[in-house]
Amino acid sequence: MAFGLKTFSRGGIHVDDRKYSHESAIEKIPAPKTVVIPISQHIGAPAKAVVTKDQAVKIGQIIAEKSGFISANVLSPVSGVVKAVEARMTPTGFKQDCIVIENDMKDEYFEAFTAVAPSAEVIEKLDVSGAVKAVEKAGIVGMGGAAFPTSVKLSPPPDVKIDTVILNGVECEPYLTADARIMIEDAEKIVAGLALIMKIFSKNGPVKGYIGIEANKPDSIQKMSEAASKYKDIEVVSLALKYPQGGEKQLINAIVGRDVPSGKLPSAVGCVVQNVATAASIYDAAVNNRPLIERVVTVTGMGVKKQKNLLVRFGTMFTELIDYCGGVTDDAAMLICGGPMMGKALQTSEVPVTKAVSGILVLTQNEANLYEEAPCIRCGRCVDVCPMGLQPGMINKVIDAGDYDKLEELSLLDCIECGSCNYICAGHERLVQKIKIGKVKLQEILKARKEKEAQLKKEDKK
Amino acid sequence: METKDKKWIVGQGSHIYFPQDTSKIMFQVILALLPASAMAVYVFGFDALKVLLIGVISAVAVEALIQKYLMKTPVTIGDYSAALTGLLLALNLPAGSPWWMVCIGSLIAIGIGKLAYGGLGQNPFNPALVGRVALLIGFPALMTDWSVTGGYLAELYRKIPAEALTTATPLGFIKAYSGSNFTADLVAYFNSYSINLKTLFIGTTSGSIGEVSELALLLGALYLIYKKVLNWEIPAAFIGTVGVIAMAAYYLKPQAMLLPHYHLFSGGLFLGALFMATDMVTSPFTFRGRIVFGIGCGVLTMLIRLYGGYPEGVSFAILLMNIFVPIIDIYIKPKRFGV
Repeated sequence: MAFGLKTFSRGGIHVDDRKYSHESAIEKIPAPKTVVIPISQHIGAPAKAVVTKDQAVKIGQIIAEKSGFISANVLSPVSGVVKAVEARMTPTGFKQDCIVIENDMKDEYFEAFTAVAPSAEVIEKLDVSGAVKAVEKAGIVGMGGAAFPTSVKLSPPPDVKIDTVILNGVECEPYLTADARIMIEDAEKIVAGLALIMKIFSKNGPVKGYIGIEANKPDSIQKMSEAASKYKDIEVVSLALKYPQGGEKQLINAIVGRDVPSGKLPSAVGCVVQNVATAASIYDAAVNNRPLIERVVTVTGMGVKKQKNLLVRFGTMFTELIDYCGGVTDDAAMLICGGPMMGKALQTSEVPVTKAVSGILVLTQNEANLYEEAPCIRCGRCVDVCPMGLQPGMINKVIDAGDYDKLEELSLLDCIECGSCNYICAGHERLVQKIKIGKVKLQEILKARKEKEAQLKKEDKK
Repeated sequence: METKDKKWIVGQGSHIYFPQDTSKIMFQVILALLPASAMAVYVFGFDALKVLLIGVISAVAVEALIQKYLMKTPVTIGDYSAALTGLLLALNLPAGSPWWMVCIGSLIAIGIGKLAYGGLGQNPFNPALVGRVALLIGFPALMTDWSVTGGYLAELYRKIPAEALTTATPLGFIKAYSGSNFTADLVAYFNSYSINLKTLFIGTTSGSIGEVSELALLLGALYLIYKKVLNWEIPAAFIGTVGVIAMAAYYLKPQAMLLPHYHLFSGGLFLGALFMATDMVTSPFTFRGRIVFGIGCGVLTMLIRLYGGYPEGVSFAILLMNIFVPIIDIYIKPKRFGV
């Protein structure tokens, strides 16, 4: 690690990055015969299905409409016929309503699109007034894993002034290489996307753009720097390797040194953070009227025969991707949607790729944490590594004891669930799981208190 | 098998882990104590080896027997923590300790110091120190009998009998004659005598078998700090505080006080500060908490040594500070992000 590289100031862990698939160029895999499209692939209200069984659909046609402010459209990634609208297993680990479409293999688009190559001139000439609408229509959500509707992020309240847009090319989750490959293979489009986002916010004053990339991806840094050199006010920042640098708050702290206050959004310090793949999709939607119908997924882990980066239509089953990579090894033990730190373990590979799926990780018995939980020996490492300055071990004890009233002073709503404490724990305790339970309990307490206060106020008025 | 039909193991993330878990931590601490153990055998001969082996074996046996027959819970000797407690207890004993005393120490350390509280992670006090202090109170004569029958020291005493007097613990001598007319003479004697820094540091002097060689202890501790098993905050704060107070005391009253290096290198300070006070279970969670803990240990150690009834205060100081750990953890919190 080069000395003097920027990084975030508090906590964090150094994990072996295991980017086995970094050298493997993105391969486009054929669209499947049947796609399964969950109507809720984002944070917020599920979209509302607007197609029925046996209805013909085309690529880019809205098949489920956003419902509510924080929600996102869902588009058909293939042309064909709707076979069913029913509950199916999804990568969330639960059954959710899905639209099942049989692909007619004709790849007919619902609307015409263009193929304008990205450049500084294109962005300069572009009228961005319709850009946010285009992003909303294209169903774009954050592609780094959180899947927050992008159009919402691009339209902050009028009193909020954004002066910094940061592209997240950190990809700090071990194993995953999708973003690294996109940056190598599609740098021009990503940087144009960033310039476009900056232009959207520039009506309130000058906006500076940064692209944060960890130093373990020198080729990504080089390609992105070349592309960025054609724009004013865009800077590629090479970051020291440390997890969870891709967390919004950590990345803002690392690059511009601002601390997002507890309980606030990045916009509170004038920042917006977007994933690199999202930036490319924004460009495609706003400039070329192209819908978001596919994404790059890393299929990796020692449990899969060949580690690859695949360009995949939404709705393709995990099974197909894994089999495309030669299938699983004999000692494959765990199937994870996402990275090893924050990803979710799945029972079955019969779930579809959604907008938020950045990786499919097959861990062998040796790689996976299959240990039983052992007692806390108070080593304090969880406190040392927590990037939010919390005390995970203490929270764990309080939850075990059922002492939920104490949760508030332990500020566990600040927890970003990065899993650093979980990773470092000498007792292999599943601390994140405990904290998730604690968050639910604490929210119940806070809600009950609010209701009680409202009740008291009402009575006072009488 | 087809990928489609495979049933995957489901668990809660993170799904990868830092390989250094409890048993590996404990095992590495045991490894790090091997230089001090080897030095003990060199200096005190076969007696030391006997004490060490009995300490480890009896501690492991006590844990296994109590868990199996009394508590009827799974036996956890595989995590090496009982072995470590036994080893630390043994290192805190004189070479001439009879086998039954070591066994009683293990029984108290593991049985009362650890398992009675609910086992690993639950005990408020360092188990090995609970064992040692119980023996110190129960068998004061045996616990301060520094006679040797073998090893380097026995050889030395045979050649130069005067050494038998002077290499016995200076802290003990000063305490034994404190307030008497001899104090000034003894102090002057030790302060001028050639038990120099080097001898004390390498450890060819008398004392508990594991405490004599600061060199061997430091070697082990540096390995552990490099491996990130041990924190440096507690030892630094602890030893630093003792050094500062000892120096201040000496310069205020040079005719009545031992040179600071006796306080640093002739007692159990290094063994205590490096391997006992740093016990994860019984020390604070946070960096700043550990600094406070270390300073507290240092102050108490010097208060006991200078004003208390015992020549040595390290064990008591650590046990007393153990009491404050929950309070330290409540009042000294890590700095939160964005607050």
